[in-house]
Amino acid sequence: MENNNAYWRDNLRLIVICLAIWFVVSFGFGLLLVEPLNAIRIGGYKLGFWFAQQGSIYTFVALIFWYSSQMNKLDKKHNVEEE
Amino acid sequence: MDELQLYTYIAVFGSFGLYFAIAWWARAGSTSEFYVAGGGISPIQNGMAIGADWMSAASFISMAGLIAFLGYGGSVFLMGWTGGYVLLAMLLAPYMRKHGKFTVPEFISDRYYSKTARIVAVICLIIASLTYIIGQMKGVGVAFSRFLEVDYGLGLGIGMGVVWVYAVLGGMKGITYTQIAQYCVLIFAYTIPAVFISLQLTGNPIPQLGLGSTLADGSGVYLLDKLDMVVTDLGFKEYTTDNLGGTLNMFAYTLSLMIGTAGLPHVIMRFFTVPSVQAARSSAGYALVFIALLYTVAPAVGAMARLNLMSTIEPAAGQNLEYEQRPQWFKDWEKTGLLKFEDKNGDGKIQYVADAKTNEMVKVDRDIMVLANPAIANLPNWVIALVAAGGLAAALSTAAGLLLAISSSVSHDLMKGVFTPDLTEKNELLAGRIVMTISILVAGYLGLNPPGFAAGTVALAFGLAASSIFPALMMGIFAKKMSGTAAVWGMIAGIGITMLYVFQHKGIMFIPGTSFLGGMEPNWFFGISPNAFGAVGALVNFAVAFAVGKVTGPAPAHIQQLVESFRIPRGAAVAAADH
Repeated sequence: MENNNAYWRDNLRLIVICLAIWFVVSFGFGLLLVEPLNAIRIGGYKLGFWFAQQGSIYTFVALIFWYSSQMNKLDKKHNVEEE
Repeated sequence: MDELQLYTYIAVFGSFGLYFAIAWWARAGSTSEFYVAGGGISPIQNGMAIGADWMSAASFISMAGLIAFLGYGGSVFLMGWTGGYVLLAMLLAPYMRKHGKFTVPEFISDRYYSKTARIVAVICLIIASLTYIIGQMKGVGVAFSRFLEVDYGLGLGIGMGVVWVYAVLGGMKGITYTQIAQYCVLIFAYTIPAVFISLQLTGNPIPQLGLGSTLADGSGVYLLDKLDMVVTDLGFKEYTTDNLGGTLNMFAYTLSLMIGTAGLPHVIMRFFTVPSVQAARSSAGYALVFIALLYTVAPAVGAMARLNLMSTIEPAAGQNLEYEQRPQWFKDWEKTGLLKFEDKNGDGKIQYVADAKTNEMVKVDRDIMVLANPAIANLPNWVIALVAAGGLAAALSTAAGLLLAISSSVSHDLMKGVFTPDLTEKNELLAGRIVMTISILVAGYLGLNPPGFAAGTVALAFGLAASSIFPALMMGIFAKKMSGTAAVWGMIAGIGITMLYVFQHKGIMFIPGTSFLGGMEPNWFFGISPNAFGAVGALVNFAVAFAVGKVTGPAPAHIQQLVESFRIPRGAAVAAADH
C-alpha cells in the first residue's frame, strides 16, 4: 500500500512536469507570448507562429514518449509492472 | 469519361475494394472481438487506426482550408486537435485500460457505482457522437457527388452502404484493420500533393521546411513574408499574426478542442483494444506521430494554397486575371456554387480584395481548398484522384468509429447493462448491429436534410465531450473520494450549460431563427465564441461536482480501493460490486 502511494506520487510529479511543458509550448509560446516571440525568426518562420503551427505539435509527440518511458522505469522501480 | 474521372473511379473503387476485403478477412466472431478487437492490437497498429479514426473529413478536407483563410488564427485547430493526446496519454488512457472493460459508460458506471451515471454518460456520448457523425456523412455525400458526378443524395446513399458493410460485419476488429489501410491511403493522399506544391513554390520537398523557406522564383523572399505582403496589400489581415477573436477566445477554443479530443468516446475506446497498460501509454504516442504527419503538413498546405489562389487571380500587382481566361478548376467549382464571381466594376477582370464593397470573389468556400488545391497548382490528374480517395477514407473511417461507439453504448450499456441484463452474447452482437444500422439511417437522413449543420456540428460535438465526459473520467481517476451523485450533477451541469450557450447563439439543434437571445457577437460571454465554450462547460462540471461532493461526502471504501487498483499497472482490477 505504502509502495503504491509512493508510485502514485511519483507519477503525479511526472504528470505535473509534463503538463507544465505542454502548457508552456502551446498556450504560452503559441498564444500568450506569441507577439514578443515573433520578433525572433528561424528562416522564414516567426518563432511564435512556428510554435503555434509546428513546434507545439513536435513537443507533444516527444512529451508522450518521454512520459511513457519514464513511467516504464517507475513501474519497475516500484515493482508494479504488469506480469 | 475523361481521364480525371477514370482515375477517380480507379482510386476510389480500388481503395474501397481493399477495405471490404480487409473487413471480410477480419470479421468479428465474439463480443470481445466486436467491441475491442479481442484486445490484441499492437501499439503501432493501434496508433494508425486511431489516426484514421481521429482524422475525419474535418481534418482532411476542412482544416487546411480554414488555416488558409484564418492564418495564425487557424493554430487553434492544430494545437487543439493534437494537444488532447497528451491529456489522454497521461490522464485517462492507461488507467481506463487497466480497468479493462469495453465502453466509456461502463467505466463511469463502475467508478461511480450508479446506473444513473451510466445512463447520463450514454446520453452524453450519443449526443456528441451523433452530431459528429452527421458532419461525416455530409462530407461523404459531397465528396461522392463531386467526384463521381452523381446527385448528392445518391452519393450519400453509396457512402451509407459502404460504411454499413464494413462497420456492421467487421465490428472493432474489422474496423481496426480497415482503418490501418485507410490511414495509409489518407496520409499519401494528403502529403503527395503537398510535396509537389512545396517543390514548385520553394524547391524544398518537405512541406514543413518549405513553409519556412524562400521562394524558388529567385527573389530570395521568404514564402510567409511574401504571403503577408500579398494579403495585406489587398486589405486582408497579415497572415502570420491574424488572430481569431482575441487571445482569450483563442485560449478557450484551443482548450476546448484539447479536452474535447480527450473526452470523445470513439477515441478513448481505442485504448481498450491494446494488450497492456504500457501499450496504452505508447499507443497515444504513436497515434500522435501519425496524426502529426498530417497536422504539421496542413499549415503548409493552407499557406501555399492561399498564395497560389492569390497569384492565380492577380499574377502581379494590378494585373488581374481576365474572367474569360479563368482556369478549368475555377469553372468546375463555380458549378458547385461554392465559388462565386460577380463583376462589380464591369471590367471583365477578377478583383479579390478584403473590402466587401469592391471584392468580386463573392464566395470562396473554405472547404473546397484542399480538394481544389492540386488543380490550382496544375498537378497531374492521378494526384487529384488520390485526394478524392483520401477524403473519403477520412470521412468513412471516422464515421465507422463513431458508429461503433454509439452501438456499443446502446447494446452493451443500456440493454445488457441496465434494461435486459440476461441478454446472451449472440443477441448482444445482433443488437449492436441493429443499433448501428439505425444510427447509419438516422445520420444519413440528417445528412440528407442538414438543418444548417456543418461547422456548428463539429464544435458542439467537441464542446459536449469536453464539458461532460472528460471531467467525469478525470475525476474518476484522480479524485478518488468523488461520489457518484457529484459526478452525475457535474456531467448534467457541464453539458447543460454548454448546450444552452451553443443553442442560444446558434439555434436549437442549429435551426436558424430559434436562437432565443440572438446569436450576435456582442452577447458572447467574455467574447468567447460558442465553438470555444466547451472549456467553460468543463470548468462548470468540475466546480459543480466538487461542490456537490462536499455535500454528499466521499465515495464508499470499496470504490476508493477500486480507484487505487486502476492506478497501478499490476494485478487485476478489484471487481466492482457486481452489476
